[in-house]
Amino acid sequence: MNSVEISARTVEEALEIALQKLNLTEEEVKIKILEEPSKGFLGILGQKMAKIKVTPNIDPLALTKEFLEEITQLMGLNVDMEVLADNEYIKINFVGKKLGILIGRRGDTLDALQYLTNLVVNKYNYQSGSNSERIKIILDVEGYRQRREETLTKLAYKMAKKVQQTGRKVVFEPMNPQERRIIHTALQDEEFVQTISEGVDPFRRVIIKKV
Amino acid sequence: MEELVKVIANALVDNPEAVQVSRQEEEDKIIIELRVAPEDMGKVIGKQGRIARAIRTVVRASATREQKKVIVDIVD
Repeated sequence: MNSVEISARTVEEALEIALQKLNLTEEEVKIKILEEPSKGFLGILGQKMAKIKVTPNIDPLALTKEFLEEITQLMGLNVDMEVLADNEYIKINFVGKKLGILIGRRGDTLDALQYLTNLVVNKYNYQSGSNSERIKIILDVEGYRQRREETLTKLAYKMAKKVQQTGRKVVFEPMNPQERRIIHTALQDEEFVQTISEGVDPFRRVIIKKV
Repeated sequence: MEELVKVIANALVDNPEAVQVSRQEEEDKIIIELRVAPEDMGKVIGKQGRIARAIRTVVRASATREQKKVIVDIVD
């Protein structure tokens, strides 16, 4: 998993040493040239070695699964993972018994684990400096996120109706950005109410007001 | 629980060999101390402590069966 930095007389030579050290082929690594070699004057003065950094290619899906398997096992959970992946997304749905602790209060634990997994898997992409290859990992437990979205959407409509009838604003409990967005999106086409967010995370909350 | 902290920290830092985790048990709480290489501190703390908070959340969830409060301390 770890990259190596090698100096040699030429880039080719350095690469050869690095590949031998990592026990990989050229197709399995990313190469970054840190210093170009120079022969110097008459091959004596100012001679500079080539220096390269060689990083093994990471299979994000394998890394994601490996990391999550280890974590859930250490948490004492017996889970299976349903995986849905393409080039930009990896969606993992945990299935199993007693997975409540993996969700946490309002999805706290699930969000924390999702955040950590994103950092771990994208660590190597950041290092090689190519943000374009960033992969987004979404974790769910037995369809929890889907159900939560439906609950919040229903709640949003109900509260919007209340605001329209009473003329008084409704203030929601603090929510994370994804959940706030669900409320905003649900009510964006409503003519008689508007939604705003107020406060600072993690206490930022949605308010529904009469227009 | 030390192992859980260790696995997460190892995966986040650039110098896994410098990661050290120890456990202290007190009457009403368990303190897990995490040490990493100085240049990796940011990788386990994050902007406004966001990463540290996420680590604590996951560890606390895993410790719900424990009777004691679990504290994860990042020590420099």
